[in-house]
Amino acid sequence: MTFKNQPATLSISKRTRNKWVRREDIIGWLYALPALFMYAVFVLVPFVLTIVYSFHKWNGVGPMTWVGLKNYITVFEVPNLIDTIFHAFWLVVWFSFIPVGLGLVVASVINRVATGRFGEVSRTILFLPYIIALVAAGIIWGWLFSLSGLVNQGLSFIGLGSITRAWLGDFNWALSAVGVIGIWVLLGFCTVLLSTAMSKVDPALYEAARIDGSDWFREFVGITVPLLKQEIGVCLTVTVIFALATFDIVYVATAGGPGNATSVPGLQIYILAFAQRNIGLASALAVMLMLLVVVIILPIQRLNKETY
Amino acid sequence: MKIGRGEIFAGRTLLVALMAFTVLPFISIFLTALHPSGTVPGGLDWPANPQWGNFVEAFKVANMNTLIVSSVRIVLMVVPFALVISTMAGFAIGMLRIPGSKWLLALFVFGLTLPFQGIIIPIYTLERALHIYNTQFAIALPLIALYMPFSVFWMRAHFINMPVEISEAARVDGATTWDLFRRIHLPLAQAPIASLGILMSIWTWNQFLLALVLVEDPTQRTMAGALGAFQGHYATNVPLLCAGTIIILVPTLLIFVLFQKQIIKALLQGAVKG
Repeated sequence: MTFKNQPATLSISKRTRNKWVRREDIIGWLYALPALFMYAVFVLVPFVLTIVYSFHKWNGVGPMTWVGLKNYITVFEVPNLIDTIFHAFWLVVWFSFIPVGLGLVVASVINRVATGRFGEVSRTILFLPYIIALVAAGIIWGWLFSLSGLVNQGLSFIGLGSITRAWLGDFNWALSAVGVIGIWVLLGFCTVLLSTAMSKVDPALYEAARIDGSDWFREFVGITVPLLKQEIGVCLTVTVIFALATFDIVYVATAGGPGNATSVPGLQIYILAFAQRNIGLASALAVMLMLLVVVIILPIQRLNKETY
Repeated sequence: MKIGRGEIFAGRTLLVALMAFTVLPFISIFLTALHPSGTVPGGLDWPANPQWGNFVEAFKVANMNTLIVSSVRIVLMVVPFALVISTMAGFAIGMLRIPGSKWLLALFVFGLTLPFQGIIIPIYTLERALHIYNTQFAIALPLIALYMPFSVFWMRAHFINMPVEISEAARVDGATTWDLFRRIHLPLAQAPIASLGILMSIWTWNQFLLALVLVEDPTQRTMAGALGAFQGHYATNVPLLCAGTIIILVPTLLIFVLFQKQIIKALLQGAVKG
């Protein structure tokens, strides 16, 4: 990053430069073109089309009718649709706040009491769930949360047999249970990212604090968190997008049920578009999802910039 | 340094507890997979008579050999091509610094915030119009495009940190842009390209939504896409479902263990620089 401000020109004698640079520029753009072409056709064009679809009524094959903002109004009026947005917010707590907060704690614990091989191993193990297919995570936890699954077995073991239930089938608990899956998947990512950043903090800072006898908490609040602001911002960004865009886990573990209790925007877009053939409404929800991501991400990014 | 014994104990206990939280689910499906097919055992019940045959059965009923061929084929369609075009674009933006590269970069970075579901509907209608719906191209082409934000950004980060002097010296010797790219910078970029390739292979293998929406026949999908269909058929046969899940997990876990350093580094730096 330090090289960012280097002069970019490959200096050629001044006279020929103008002509030379122009030719070079065209050649340079040819290098960027294939990537830009693929990106434009399969990402940028669909992005614009989603916005266009969202103002129409369309079943995917027949003619499209312009309906203005009607689809957006419908999203706000139909509880099953607007609820998905609220569910997504609730998942942000589980997928983002908890893994980032807990990740910070774990990283600082590793930094203080497990600097050697033990810390290495725990980082690797915690990271494992992030690498596997989310579908697999959904299947695994679908089984763990079932009546005879590991979660209930554990609860019975510690004497809490009375609260056992089919967690993913429970109207009150299903969404939070999905949230636990998110913690499982994302905790390692946050931990490793934050602990890598922490290992780059000047050890003298920690040494000084420890010579003064500062305990874990004072070190955590006084040194770790302020110095890692940027990485915390990155962690929040990645996990918030992850939370808002959840699909695989929910599709496999609960299919949005029971009722509509765990339905999220991604799942509802899929159902509206590909099961109910209501392309316009699905697109309106998709636009709102993309807007939501930007609205939440921008303040985090700004916070990041201010500190640097 | 003064760290109390109590704190060391508390800290390590926390780490062990979280490791257990991470690993127990894997152990649970492994033990479950060894129970007789069709039964519903407890989460951590030891199988009295381990049914290793479940893995063979899952392999057969899920058509795994077809699936592996299909997934590998999609990976081979996606990864080399995506690597070539993103490296070239990263080179243009980070090393050649073509006019407008700032805007071009911003355009790619914008894609990092787009959830796949946001644009899946037009991808579907587009592919119907292009007559590639329901083929493996239906998964491969959009995947290449969807990887561009991360990969261009990642390759650009490499090239922007390369000293310009290398290029200047070669220019003086009369090297063309292609010489610069092919003979000088490509060999120097091997490490970041390799990491990116590993990441994209895992992501492709794990891709679910595109496979689900764009290809109807599960045997033409990626592994994760097929697993979704497998779950639909065998939701009630828990041991078999667990065995199938493990078969699909093992390749990713193996690649992770082998290339751990590169994978973590690429994921973290890609995220931090993003």
